[in-house]
Amino acid sequence: MKILVIEDEEQLLQNIRLSLEKENFLIETATDFDSAMEKVFVYDYDCILLDIMLPHGSGLDILKELKSQNKSGNVIIISAKDSLGDKLVGLELGADDYLTKPFHLAELNARVKAILRRKNLDGKNSITLANIELDLTTRQLYVAGAEIALNRKEFDTLNYFLFNKNRLITKVALAEHVWGDNTDQADNLDFVYYQIKNLRKKLQDARAEIEIEAVYGVGYKLVEK
Amino acid sequence: MKLVNQSLKYLSISILLIVAVWASVFYINMLHEIKSSIDEGLENYKRLIILNAQKDSTLITKTYFDESFFTIREIEKEHALLIKDRYTDTVIYMQDADDEALEAEPVRMLSTAFENNGRYYELKIANSMVEEDDLIKTLLWDIVWLYIILIVSIILINNLVLKKLWKPFYNFLHQLKKYQLGKSAELPQVNTKTREFTDLQEAVNTLLQHTIATYEQQKQFIGNASHELQTPLAIAINKLELLLEKGDLQNHQAENIAEVFQIIERLVRLNKSLLLLSKIDNKQFFDNEEVSINEVARQAIADLSEFADYKNIDVSISENAQLTVQMDASLANIVVSNLLKNALFHNHDGGELQVEIGEHSFKVSNTGDGVALNAKTIFNRFQKSDTKASGTGLGLAIVKAIAELQGFVVQYRFENNHHIFEGIFPRA
Repeated sequence: MKILVIEDEEQLLQNIRLSLEKENFLIETATDFDSAMEKVFVYDYDCILLDIMLPHGSGLDILKELKSQNKSGNVIIISAKDSLGDKLVGLELGADDYLTKPFHLAELNARVKAILRRKNLDGKNSITLANIELDLTTRQLYVAGAEIALNRKEFDTLNYFLFNKNRLITKVALAEHVWGDNTDQADNLDFVYYQIKNLRKKLQDARAEIEIEAVYGVGYKLVEK
Repeated sequence: MKLVNQSLKYLSISILLIVAVWASVFYINMLHEIKSSIDEGLENYKRLIILNAQKDSTLITKTYFDESFFTIREIEKEHALLIKDRYTDTVIYMQDADDEALEAEPVRMLSTAFENNGRYYELKIANSMVEEDDLIKTLLWDIVWLYIILIVSIILINNLVLKKLWKPFYNFLHQLKKYQLGKSAELPQVNTKTREFTDLQEAVNTLLQHTIATYEQQKQFIGNASHELQTPLAIAINKLELLLEKGDLQNHQAENIAEVFQIIERLVRLNKSLLLLSKIDNKQFFDNEEVSINEVARQAIADLSEFADYKNIDVSISENAQLTVQMDASLANIVVSNLLKNALFHNHDGGELQVEIGEHSFKVSNTGDGVALNAKTIFNRFQKSDTKASGTGLGLAIVKAIAELQGFVVQYRFENNHHIFEGIFPRA
């Protein structure tokens, strides 16, 4: 899987590169408008992360170019501007997703994986790990072939963990992903622990061969047993 | 004191002084005129008497004043030669119709000497004069009347002319009083050709334009600053995430990193709130549409149910009416969820949260600290009721800013140990 990251901020680019390389993706980068255009012209990518504000040009123009080549469907716009206008223009030009800075690496990871999954659907849209299978279309969980009932939030949580297998998911990132902006004001994130506890119990009771580990009290990590 | 009355005050004082000085000068001149006129008459009388004395020698023996008002007395030659014509003010006892007895009346007297057939005589001729106190009295009354007439005229002129002249000024002042920075579209105008007023308008409008520019810059600045902070914050968060993920940290190191991580998350929340406020202030939301507050509230309650469950807070909603408002849907969401979040996070374990929707109001009441908050400052930016670190102190400020933008009212009150926040929407 080849991913192009177009971002002018060197440090941010490095972070994204390091994170995505852990998922064994092949990462190419471009830090300005011209080199980005060149790469977009010459190569095909499975996914493109696109910053809108670039030196010497706008990311939206790159998106237009991609659309004219019919290749805009796998673009995730990464912008510091949380502007509805930009978002609409971007999505109209065929971008698949819009992520506002600052974001969590786990979130970026999940979004990239979601795009890649949609792109490479082989009839069955489900994630399999050890003895569990999560069907993303019917939103059902099977452990060793038996269905386990999950509520909506539990499903979203597990889905997020499966997209970030073996990766740290901070409580904040998880809360934002599953509960959205409502966590803005959360006076503590203990309720995340409470949710995870329930999910863990369900997995344990079903003898799932996966486990949600706590990491330094900051977050969690999903691992195979 | 109004300007018209101020000018009246100074005018009446100065006119009083001017009239008083003028009256004194007028009195002195008048007296002088009268005397010189009488003196001329006396002079003529003297000539006639001397002439008559040559023909009629009986005149020479007239030594006391009677109806003809002169006396003649024979004197020495040496003495006579020393006498020159001399006019003096003196009194003579007289009695007229309205006098009961003889009264001293002021007279003008000419003392002179003449020669008749080698003999010398002294002649004194008197003529009655105006009484000075009568003159002063008459003059005083005239002046009082003059003064009254002047003041009355000035009041009339002030009221008619000055009011007309100052009308553009008062009009301008009225516009200026109503002017609201960032809200009024037009600058105050003065409709006149009066130079001072057009100058005033120019000066005021220059000042206003400068203030508007500063205000706009300030608004832009908050937006730009928080916008510029997004990327560095993203870098910091992601670096810490990568560092934590490495997994070769000592526990105390990890704890420190986790703390820093939380602080940066707080910065992110703060920054997001500032961006949102700046957007509201810059009126970047104007997709007004029909929004059902009932639906928004139900959705927000469902979204927050895990938080409520976690804190064992009993959430109830009573929909007494369908409340539909014209506003930006995302802003309606923010208002409702900010009020609900506020009621949840400042609640105590096992507390209550009630939502009540009326025909024109959306009301959230909750238990919490049993102490009323300051209704005046609670909607201010960075106003925190407690020292809980995680809140941004901007949640209610955002609600207030949205209310002002969309034209409804938010109020706080404390009743029966419940904190009540109410949004009151205008009747359509």
